[in-house]
Amino acid sequence: MVKAKINGIDVQVARGTSILTAAKKVNIKIPSLCKHPDLDATAACGICIVKVKGSKKMLRSCCTPLEEGMDIITHDDELQDIRRTVIELILSNHPDECLECGRNNNCELQKLAADFGIRQQPFKEFLRDLPKDDSTKTIVIDPRKCIQCGRCVQVCQDMQDVWALSFLERGIETRISPAGDINLSESPCVRCGQCSAHCPTGAIVEYDETIKTWRALHDTNNHCVVQIAPAVRVAIGEAFGFPDGTNLTKKIYAALRRLGFKAVFDTSFGADVTIMEEASEFIQRFVHKKGKLPLITTCCPSWVDFMEKFYPDMIDHFSSSKSPHEMVGSLAKTYYAERNNLSPANIRMVSIMPCTSKKYEISRNQDMFASGQQDVDIVLTTRELARMIKQAGIDFVNLAPEEPDHLLGDYTGGGVIFGATGGVMEAALRTAHYFVTGKNAPKAEFESVRGLKGVKETTVDMAGQKVKIAIAHGLGNVEFVLRKIQKAISENKELPYHFVEVMACVGGCVGGGGQPYGVTDALRLSRARGLYQDDDAKELHNSHENPFVIKLYKEYLGKPLGEKPHKLLHTHYKPRPMYKK
Amino acid sequence: MEASNNIRSDKEIKDLVEKWKGVEGNLIMILHTIQDEYGYIPRHVSFELQKLLDIPLARIYEVITFYNYFKLEPPGKHKISLCMGTACYLKGGVDILGELKSILHIEPGQTTKDGLFTIELVRCLGCCGLSPVMMIDGKIYGKLSQEKIPEILTHYIEAES
Repeated sequence: MVKAKINGIDVQVARGTSILTAAKKVNIKIPSLCKHPDLDATAACGICIVKVKGSKKMLRSCCTPLEEGMDIITHDDELQDIRRTVIELILSNHPDECLECGRNNNCELQKLAADFGIRQQPFKEFLRDLPKDDSTKTIVIDPRKCIQCGRCVQVCQDMQDVWALSFLERGIETRISPAGDINLSESPCVRCGQCSAHCPTGAIVEYDETIKTWRALHDTNNHCVVQIAPAVRVAIGEAFGFPDGTNLTKKIYAALRRLGFKAVFDTSFGADVTIMEEASEFIQRFVHKKGKLPLITTCCPSWVDFMEKFYPDMIDHFSSSKSPHEMVGSLAKTYYAERNNLSPANIRMVSIMPCTSKKYEISRNQDMFASGQQDVDIVLTTRELARMIKQAGIDFVNLAPEEPDHLLGDYTGGGVIFGATGGVMEAALRTAHYFVTGKNAPKAEFESVRGLKGVKETTVDMAGQKVKIAIAHGLGNVEFVLRKIQKAISENKELPYHFVEVMACVGGCVGGGGQPYGVTDALRLSRARGLYQDDDAKELHNSHENPFVIKLYKEYLGKPLGEKPHKLLHTHYKPRPMYKK
Repeated sequence: MEASNNIRSDKEIKDLVEKWKGVEGNLIMILHTIQDEYGYIPRHVSFELQKLLDIPLARIYEVITFYNYFKLEPPGKHKISLCMGTACYLKGGVDILGELKSILHIEPGQTTKDGLFTIELVRCLGCCGLSPVMMIDGKIYGKLSQEKIPEILTHYIEAES
């Protein structure tokens, strides 16, 4: 521990704590821009400068540890003047397009300029003419708006280990780009959107499809239906002033009906169906020794894309089960269509997802057209839905709760925890346990898979058999798990795991690239808590007990892994080149 | 930099990487050798280095584009090094550049479509008394004026036909 003073206030923190973090402990907010709580300090912007009493020297508080006996000054006229100048200099390189920008009203640079009352532009504007890149149709890069904080590069290279984004050139020419100025769609980018979730400005945003959705809703030939992912319900409240992690499922259902959707479904129902298929796959491989172990989950399209590009040798280990929203998509255009005498060609399925990558997934291969149509037509992120609700003039805060449309809308606790890291594993283990033993395990049996540790390894007991599992979230944590598997396979040794869950984003979908801005570990935990509380509050916790899932298999699908599920609910994978150019 | 011969095949690139294996900062040394051989860093070689060195392509390009010395485009047959050092700059280097650009339709760092010329800006060629100065393939042209440029370039163009 070190003891010091900040603005005369005594503070005691662990050795190595930055001055910026230490100041927060005594309720002093040092203005800062480039530093993000998820990431290492890069000291790029120079706004968080402070002084040590008696010295003229300025220190960047984000990357300077507090030392014993320091007497820090965070605010005086000189520091504030310099901060103001730095903001003005950044603004001189930044287009004045706030009103037309995807980050209008939630831009960190805009907020800083507002807080500092910037009312003039004393420096000559120097803007670069760099093209926008919307080639992925999931995230859009506008490098002109980049302030070179380095967050996206750090996220892409270190947190996600994808290395699609890099800094090219140097000095005033520095820009963010894939290697060799190719388009992002030609790079290793897996479209996780973590760059957009961490960018402080509008330089990286989601590919907006709200207008497309309005047009679809207002076309009278269409029968528009919608589904919401588990993680959306516990995050959208942040855009409307609710406490972090508030579960707003039923308000969202109500808002979606007001937007004009004819039927409101829930991806958590699809998650219950996914578990029926995936747990059956696991039983087939683990108990009946048909197919390769470990089985690896595939609900996350960024993870699928990552594996196809970086670890194609693991394809045989992948679960062939589609992700939950794709299952709801294909079922809406077959099962729901048939039950309601609707032509699948007139149904438009919109998925509300915490995710940018799902925008890519809906056309990733022919299996996504299992109904004969594109199974999901549009994917909107949580951020886009929040904007649509605001545009529509819906008083979301005071909206009365509504129920989903039952055919594809009711879910168990097992389905809703999909949105948190470990959730797919926990739900699959609950149902696999039932499939093996014919009995439900106590609900708390598999809770060891929860939490934010990057790689979670544990062994669970299933009817006397030891099941070794691993859960990784944040693609940077995947290598550790996969290398272990590859090593065991190549040396013909005992497998380290039987069942592996991977989610591309830290925290799982609750920390997805399409979620409201400002994510931190605390927020990830709050959102996850919202999902686990939903599970606790549900009468049913096991996917196989969902009466509508039982009805679906009984009346329509037959048995899990059967012919019809195979056609509608399963997919294939293939190696893809890391670079297309 | 010592020019190394024949690193055109995958095997030769492999040998080059082997030579620098485990040496800190080896990427820069390897890139130097590649550039000496090709005159630039071809993309296919960067891909090869990515595999052999287990360094992501993004990092290789960060290094290549950080240093002005490394090029990503093949150089033209004739390299025009135009001086923008203090003396040449003050004596009209910018006008000379304007004339070169208007005749060749390229920016500094670029190569003409026919592959004949590359313009490169340099800082002082060590003969400030002759400013403004440019150098083509090692030959110095001093006390330049805009009017002299077409004639000088014509000399190189005619030599081709």
